[in-house]
Amino acid sequence: MSEKIIRIQNLNKWFGNFHVLRDINLDVSSGEKIVICGPSGSGKSTLIRCMNRLELHQEGEIMINGMHLDGSLKNLEEIRSEVGMVFQQFNLFPHMTVLENCALAPMWVRRMPREEAEALAHKYLTRVRIPQQANKYPGQLSGGQQQRVAIARALCMNPRIMLFDEPTSALDPEMIKEVLDVMVELANEGMTMICVTHEMGFARQVADRVIFMDEGEIVEENVPEAFFSNPRNERTKLFLSQVL
Amino acid sequence: MAEWTPKPARPAPASTVGFVGWARRNLFATPGDVALTLFGSVFIIWLGGVLIDWAFINASFSGDDRTACLKPVQGACWPFIDAKLGQFIYGRYPEAETWRVNLVFFFGLAGLVPMLVPSAPFKSANIFFLLGFYPVFAFVMLTGGMFGLVPVETTDWGGLLVTLVVAVTGIAASLPLGILLALGRRSKLPIIRYFCLGFIEIFRGVPLITVLFMASVMLPLFLPDGVNFDKLMRCLIGVALFSSAYMAEVVRGGLQAIPKGQYEAAAALGLGYWKTTRLIILPQALKLVIPGIVNTFIGLFKDTTLVLIVGLFDLLGIVQFHFTDASWATPETHITGYVFAGAVFWVFCFAMSRYSIFMENRLSTDRQ
Ligand SMILES: Nc1ncnc2c1ncn2[C@@H]1O[C@H](COP(=O)(O)OP(=O)(O)OP(=O)(O)O)[C@@H](O)[C@H]1O
Ligand SMILES: [Mg+2]
Repeated sequence: MSEKIIRIQNLNKWFGNFHVLRDINLDVSSGEKIVICGPSGSGKSTLIRCMNRLELHQEGEIMINGMHLDGSLKNLEEIRSEVGMVFQQFNLFPHMTVLENCALAPMWVRRMPREEAEALAHKYLTRVRIPQQANKYPGQLSGGQQQRVAIARALCMNPRIMLFDEPTSALDPEMIKEVLDVMVELANEGMTMICVTHEMGFARQVADRVIFMDEGEIVEENVPEAFFSNPRNERTKLFLSQVL
Repeated sequence: MAEWTPKPARPAPASTVGFVGWARRNLFATPGDVALTLFGSVFIIWLGGVLIDWAFINASFSGDDRTACLKPVQGACWPFIDAKLGQFIYGRYPEAETWRVNLVFFFGLAGLVPMLVPSAPFKSANIFFLLGFYPVFAFVMLTGGMFGLVPVETTDWGGLLVTLVVAVTGIAASLPLGILLALGRRSKLPIIRYFCLGFIEIFRGVPLITVLFMASVMLPLFLPDGVNFDKLMRCLIGVALFSSAYMAEVVRGGLQAIPKGQYEAAAALGLGYWKTTRLIILPQALKLVIPGIVNTFIGLFKDTTLVLIVGLFDLLGIVQFHFTDASWATPETHITGYVFAGAVFWVFCFAMSRYSIFMENRLSTDRQ
């Protein structure tokens, strides 16, 4: 458990003149599950998007699996295939069937033959419990089903780390559970996970650490038990009193 | 506890469904609708009558010269079309060689039809035939000078042949060029972006006539002495560049409608720029702008008539040219010729339009 799969040191990022991430330090061990919460605009999305270089940072250092996230392009594609990401808005490709969505990256990034990629896609669609929807288009599925496809699509690249950016915020209440169940299962299998979410039940159940961010800083981090029952910081207390 | 059973569904009242229901709702809903429906019907019947009188009842169908079309009440002069049909299709292409044009038409059709039918097999072989083999084949067959074929100067080409050569080249070149320009216009590299922007704005800002004039009159002035390439070829290049500028803007509209999330999802999976563009962005963007693309194709098809300005005779040009033939000078010759040319253009454009609607429906992947 001690191998650090993500190391972030003194990370600073600006959007123009807006200082969005300030001196972030974060180490994540292989297999660890981190939940990030915090008020809107605190920089949670920006932080996890820096981890697969969807956003570029200006200062500090990010190491994923021993590789530095910097300008060199080869590195970038390697890192992106190690890090899967699930978005709030699913971002499935609407012109492809569910199966094609999942088989796409293995075929075009990993150069896997089609049959093999589709078998892989079927395997992960079965794991997120929607194998029977494989030949439908995303527009024909419910939100919860779409988000599970998005998870399967990311898993098809066999990533070592999964990033989730508010995966359940765009869902109706009945569908939240089916997505969280899949995520819990994934956590139990030992995947390294970074989740931005306000599902505190989920945080209690699976997180090794909960991180609270505000104004671009990590204000507090702790094991869930202590984080929820005994926050050290006034700001955290206020936030928790609003979301719980 | 009372048990709840859903009420069985009943059929809708008869007066709201079927033809009667449709007519009530759409034709006779209000007094205004009734008046419009009646007025419209009368107008359509009157117009239909006029057309049938002209095209059939009072028309002449056979004859060898103008005397066939000089009845006191004369409708269409179809013998004129009949006598000139060869000219209208091939221009001054030597009659003994027109089989070559026919062969090119035939292979074009044979390659295109299975391409347009989505369920037809061997699509990749088909694409290779159309984009790889066919252009070379058409070029060799039409110009000759090889394989014992008599050379035919492009100045002798005319009519529908020229219309189709210009339109098909323009259509085939404008889509890929337009896509590249549209992508370039969104490039992060300023040199590429400004080059594409400049190209698009310059070609969109001038009339096609100017482009054609430039291509046929100005271009040779810039070329070194002795280098002289074909007038038709220069027109083809002019038309292709002009229409690709329009196409670029149509495609850009589609690119702009693709949400940022699609790029991000593709990037997060490790797909690079070209793979993302080809697999994720373009299929969606082009589908969105099919109506705009076909609109540009149709515009281009009709604009081919402007090659008349540089001395090439397309279908309309050659029809007009034959109005000067004294042996067919009748009061109805002009109108018959224009109706014929118009009808030919309309058939092509209408076919493109219907096909685009068919493709739009077929590609729709929303909840079906
Ligand atoms: N591309 C951008 N350009 C400029 N400012 C941005 C950009 N993306 C985000 N921001 C700003 O950066 C700040 C942090 O944004 P971020 O999306 O990381 O917040 P968040 O914590 O994820 O909030 P939410 O809970 O609403 O998703 C916000 O104030 C936002 O307006
Ligand atoms: Mg966010």
